[in-house]
Amino acid sequence: MKTVQEINRKILDGNVCVVTVKKMKEIVEELGTEKAAREVDVVTTATFGAMCSSGVFFNFGHADPPIKFRKVWLNDVEAYAGIAAVDAYLGATKLSESNEKYGGAHVIEDLVRGKEVELRAIGYGTDCYPRKEIKTEISLEDVNQAIMVNPRNAYQRYNAATNSSDRLLKTYMGTLLPNFGNVTFAGTGEISPLNNDPEFRTIGIGTRIFLCGAKGYIVGEGTQHSPPYATLMVKGNLKEMKAEYMRAAFFSGYAPTLFVGIGVPIPVLDEDVAKATSIRNSQIETKILDFGVARRNRPVVRWVTYEELVSGKVEINGQEVRTSSLSSFYMAEKIMNDLKKLIEKGEFLLSEPIEKLPKVQEVKPMRQREVVVVKKVMNPAITIRSDTKIEEAAKIIIEKNINHLPVVDDDQKLVGIVTSWDIARAVALELEGSVNKIMTKNVITVYPEDPIEIAASKMERYKISALPVIDTKKRVLGIVTSEDLSRLIAR
Amino acid sequence: MKLLLSFDSTTVKKPIISKVTLESGALINILRASVGARKGEIIIEVPEEKVEIVEKILKSEGVFVSELKKAVEKNEERCVHCGACISVCPTEAIKRDAENKVVVEEKLCIHCGACVTSCPTQALNLPSI
Repeated sequence: MKTVQEINRKILDGNVCVVTVKKMKEIVEELGTEKAAREVDVVTTATFGAMCSSGVFFNFGHADPPIKFRKVWLNDVEAYAGIAAVDAYLGATKLSESNEKYGGAHVIEDLVRGKEVELRAIGYGTDCYPRKEIKTEISLEDVNQAIMVNPRNAYQRYNAATNSSDRLLKTYMGTLLPNFGNVTFAGTGEISPLNNDPEFRTIGIGTRIFLCGAKGYIVGEGTQHSPPYATLMVKGNLKEMKAEYMRAAFFSGYAPTLFVGIGVPIPVLDEDVAKATSIRNSQIETKILDFGVARRNRPVVRWVTYEELVSGKVEINGQEVRTSSLSSFYMAEKIMNDLKKLIEKGEFLLSEPIEKLPKVQEVKPMRQREVVVVKKVMNPAITIRSDTKIEEAAKIIIEKNINHLPVVDDDQKLVGIVTSWDIARAVALELEGSVNKIMTKNVITVYPEDPIEIAASKMERYKISALPVIDTKKRVLGIVTSEDLSRLIAR
Repeated sequence: MKLLLSFDSTTVKKPIISKVTLESGALINILRASVGARKGEIIIEVPEEKVEIVEKILKSEGVFVSELKKAVEKNEERCVHCGACISVCPTEAIKRDAENKVVVEEKLCIHCGACVTSCPTQALNLPSI
């Protein structure tokens, strides 16, 4: 049994034993938990990944005459100004209003690199704050405070992503190739801080950490904290940070974000702590979700361990699928080593948490007024068979005053669609015979339980005006048209 | 050796690759092809000993030929070695080394650019030809 105070004394005396958690796993394997706990005082853990919930609080100092920000921009990226006069919070994912691949994260990195950024603001013009606008340049040296406060960092584990659809998807999980073409995952698994202290014995409110090269602190549990998908809220002084431990990023088709480097020292207080730090990737499980389904509850393709994800290949439906990490194992290992050196040099002392992180917390979905599903707005479909004559189809379209005729087989299964446009084209080209010749065979469809937003985005993406509604056996249940949807919006 | 062939509206209509194969006897591997009605671009791989003759025939047919010597370029200052690019590379040209750094194996790169758009830190760029 050791205390944090005893370990800190050892650090100051210069005889502390610090190892990276990578090394610790070998030591525990070799010596067992009891001996490992006796010999090792501190284990360093780390993660380095794209963490969207990151940002910086600034105080810019007062202008003359003074201004109360109504809106403020840094390099054309808007920061939140709904706090005191010259305070603002710049979020990592906020996009620039003029540069499509630049955002809050880039402003943060530029400042840390010593660059000047343009501050532009508009004010209300009050008795106490008469100025209505300002434009100036600032650097990190010029501002009073620049405090990084990240509401959700260091996810213990994260759902991996794949894509069953036939379309390439650009997501916050990176590029997802069609037809289960790849799997992307985030988190550093067995070397990640929270996986090595799942009981939150040493990681808690007030824990001193390594944050992007500076000393930082854990403020508390992060947003969406839900063990074993635990998260941390952290803070640190941006003025002390180093650009090499952070990196502005832009996920194509999604948004800017910030790669954040976090190192957490774990004091080896006893055998239980030592045992917790011996966790292996094979013991850390997560889900692979299908991003091909644009719903909140994305289907679970399968469960997977970090061991498989890190190996570079996982199996999906009997096929080998390659994986991509979105976190940097190289940088995480560098941080573990750098933090180890800081502690050994006596420059980084450990702190005891003053409060524990909650062990149980659920993530609720958003309360919504009403989710309107396709079933509610669809109309009965008038269907035809593929051997229906073109003239017959034309007659039905006129008589029923509709534009779309789903084509079905004997079991009511969808095999195609004929539109009034197809008929017009057939007439223009003097085509005769059955609709089989002119129908579209690759039909875009929706399910009755799909929200109407899904139907709308499909119509927009494929530039079509109606979607047959089908069940899982491809039987036609109805049809939903763009007019049905616009009626909803107009009501 | 990898060659980038650019075809204009005249050359794109002719069976030039077949002609080159028959005349040079070179076993040509097509790595990437984008051929339309008015122009086309094809990347082929040619055995080293046949490069000279293949290039000569192609040029005589009016095809613009450039040798692809460099792979996709990685800016080491921007790269954080996350590996987002690894699984989108169709030829498995991007790998991790023993240090967990992300490295590009030059000879496998076919200049498709898939990694360029998938790189979150904009560290990858196709070399100018």
